[in-house]
Amino acid sequence: MKTIILQTASNYLLPLLLLFSVFILLRGHYLPGGGFVGGLVASIAFVLHAFANGLDKTRTLLRLHPAYFMPAGLAIALLSGLAPMLSALPFMTALWYPTPAPVVGMIGSPLFFDIGVYLVVTGATLTIIFTISETA
Amino acid sequence: MLAAVLSGFVFAFALRFVGRYLRNGNAVWATALPLGLFVYFASLLPQVGRGEAVTEVWEWAPSFGVALAFRADGLALLFALIITGIGTLIYWYTSNYLKDHPSVDRFFAYLSIFMGAMLGMVLSDDLIALFLFWELTSISSFFLIGFKNEEAASRRAALTALTVTGLGGLLLLAAAVLIGQAAGGEYSLQTIREGGLDLTAHPWYGIILFFVFGAAFTKSAQFPFHFWLPGAMKAPSPVSAYLHSATMVKAGVYLLLRLSPLLGGHDYWHIPLTIVGAFTMVYAGVNLLFRTDLKSILAYSTVAALGVLVMLIGVGTAEAMLAALVFVPAHALYKAPLFLITGILDHSAGSRDVTRLAGLRHVMWPVALAGGLAALSNAGFPLSFGFVGKDLIYEATLHSGSWAYWLTGAAVLTGVTLFYGGFIAGVKPFMGVLPESFKAAHLPPGALWIPPLLAAAAGIFFGLFPGLAGHALIAPALEGLMPGANAHLAVWHGFNTVLLLSGITLAAGAALYYFFKPSSGKEAFVERLEGISPKGIAERISKAAMALFGAFTHTLQNGFLRYYILMILSFTIALIGYGLYTGGPVNVDLSRMTELVGYEIALLGIMLISVLFTVFTQSRLAAVAAMGVTGYALCLLFVFYSAPDLAMTQFTIDTLTVILFVLVLYRLPRYLPISSPGSRLRDGAVALAFGGMITALALAVLNEPMTPEVSAFYAENAYTMAKGKNIVNVILVDFRGADTLVEISVLTIAAIGVYSLLKLKPTND
Repeated sequence: MKTIILQTASNYLLPLLLLFSVFILLRGHYLPGGGFVGGLVASIAFVLHAFANGLDKTRTLLRLHPAYFMPAGLAIALLSGLAPMLSALPFMTALWYPTPAPVVGMIGSPLFFDIGVYLVVTGATLTIIFTISETA
Repeated sequence: MLAAVLSGFVFAFALRFVGRYLRNGNAVWATALPLGLFVYFASLLPQVGRGEAVTEVWEWAPSFGVALAFRADGLALLFALIITGIGTLIYWYTSNYLKDHPSVDRFFAYLSIFMGAMLGMVLSDDLIALFLFWELTSISSFFLIGFKNEEAASRRAALTALTVTGLGGLLLLAAAVLIGQAAGGEYSLQTIREGGLDLTAHPWYGIILFFVFGAAFTKSAQFPFHFWLPGAMKAPSPVSAYLHSATMVKAGVYLLLRLSPLLGGHDYWHIPLTIVGAFTMVYAGVNLLFRTDLKSILAYSTVAALGVLVMLIGVGTAEAMLAALVFVPAHALYKAPLFLITGILDHSAGSRDVTRLAGLRHVMWPVALAGGLAALSNAGFPLSFGFVGKDLIYEATLHSGSWAYWLTGAAVLTGVTLFYGGFIAGVKPFMGVLPESFKAAHLPPGALWIPPLLAAAAGIFFGLFPGLAGHALIAPALEGLMPGANAHLAVWHGFNTVLLLSGITLAAGAALYYFFKPSSGKEAFVERLEGISPKGIAERISKAAMALFGAFTHTLQNGFLRYYILMILSFTIALIGYGLYTGGPVNVDLSRMTELVGYEIALLGIMLISVLFTVFTQSRLAAVAAMGVTGYALCLLFVFYSAPDLAMTQFTIDTLTVILFVLVLYRLPRYLPISSPGSRLRDGAVALAFGGMITALALAVLNEPMTPEVSAFYAENAYTMAKGKNIVNVILVDFRGADTLVEISVLTIAAIGVYSLLKLKPTND
């Protein structure tokens, strides 16, 4: 499926879609969205890129094997849950920074948890799809 | 104390990174760990001796009432000192024994995990924590038995041991939960005991005993579960010395001792323990007479010793408890050196066959000395710790009431066989003329012979000054179990029946040793009886089970995905269909539903057409695309019914699913009708039944009264408590965040599964 139009478009679409996925991730707390959907959108962005340019190009672009996103995401999610225990609160108590930050909005441990979900979903989806398309 | 328990685990973890420094003979430094722990626990002796237990509580899962509660009382400290004391000798010995082994760091890691788990178990005051540490000892024992993992026999022995002790662990969990629930959700043993709860009057008493006995008998190798212990002798000798004679197998005995104040005092407790213990000791004692492998002899004599302990707990008088508490360290101090000596013989003479070993005192006299001292204590010669222990045992059996004659007779018989076993292992290899074949044997390095000599010498030392051990170690332990009991130990009790029995034991043992020679013929004789032994029966049961489950698996799990889906759907239809059927007719109240609107009809039409197309098309790609259409139509439905989050997720998932299918199908050969019309009909029927059932289920759910409290709770609290306005997301990342954490872990495992299934292929084909 090497078409010039798709190739050119995907080069522009990839950053846009990734930005969009982050947007979905961040707005999740107030409006429809969240880490799960965001992660899926991000993986679609990469899959689209891989379709247009070939898997190897996407791999070089990613540098890391997508499987590395999963432990990273799991670690972030787990740490965001463990963080409150430092101040003797139960596991996964939500901690919020009192004033909202520009663009991002409220910053707190659930946001980091959602980022963890985002990374795990992206990593798992890409690992599965890349592995299958390589070996199929 | 937490640090003391965890140090073994931390050390094991650290070895993962620095383990290579332990090779090349540096492992002797690892001895610092058990030695330091030994000193620490010894420093607690004065306080515990005053009757004050050292306690430490760490919250763990307060909502379940589970805590990491440690409590070092007399009993715990007695065991902790045995574990760390013998542990020190074992570490030292192993540092040389496995000097050239490439995985010596792995060995020390398992050994340290075991030591930590064992310490945690004896120090735990919390029943659940006790269970966890108990399981950890089983698991570390599995790895240690199977340490020579290139040998099939080692692996099989490890698996047998794990199966038997793991079964016991499950029973212990059941017992722990029942005791905790009977005590009103209280899992701290000390609190339960202070609460004065009379468990013997509880309706669950019988079933609790069943579970406790099951756990203790499997772990402490009581008949008919004893067979894993002789099998476990496949482990390297230090493991046999440490786990399978001195410490781990005494875990069951420890459990019984620990629970005896709570559960004792009833015939249901005393009679089974006495019978099983007495039978085990005689059975194992007779069994050891027929063995020729040194480790096998020692294994059976360990089983016999464990039987003695269980019987003593069953007798349950203050005298019997005292005897048990003395016999535990006495046994550890003579059995561990005997096992270590076996390891030395194996190492330098290359044989454990007692019919061949002889005359080795000429080349390794310090080892012979250690063996002789250990054998003396084992036999119960006067002025040894074993003598003190044996006297107390006879005293306990003589005063055990109506069964006194039977039990005393059995104890004497066991004593005679133990004498024989000890002398065969500790004396016989060193006596007589050195055969030509062992001329090459030489004195091993000090790290090998000093530890057994130290332990054996300690066995004599405590025999000379029993008051020392009695005052510092035994008395606090006994006070905890039986407040007010007399724990005075003495060398000399005067001329009485006990002394007479002791004399008879020694004389009969000596005669047996002198006249009864082990031979391979005798061993072959008992091996013919294997078929009706518990081991043979257990093996046949496990073989039959394997065959049954093998057939079961080949039928249900035949490797065809379509068959799996068919099975899953059929079972679901059967189960839910049955539930729906028994739940009565499903009433559909059409008046409560909204009118169908034009766009809904249009969507349904699209879905129907795409489904039919999927089923009947001759092109795979078209089928996949049509399935995607169904999915997108469903997304639209979600949008109409104001579930945007669901719609977004479904939309992206559907996209990815189609892509995934296309990726795979792209490479498949041209479409071929591989299923017969008959099976297609069957699949269609199952699919229709499943869809129909789900429809009926959805309609039935509509009839259920809604419980708006849940949604109302989230709607009210999403913003105030979790500072979010999107309830769905707030539930995912905050209210039920732990669920999500588990779900993303599952997702990760699934991805790793796909990766490893497709990528990691055997390379040696």
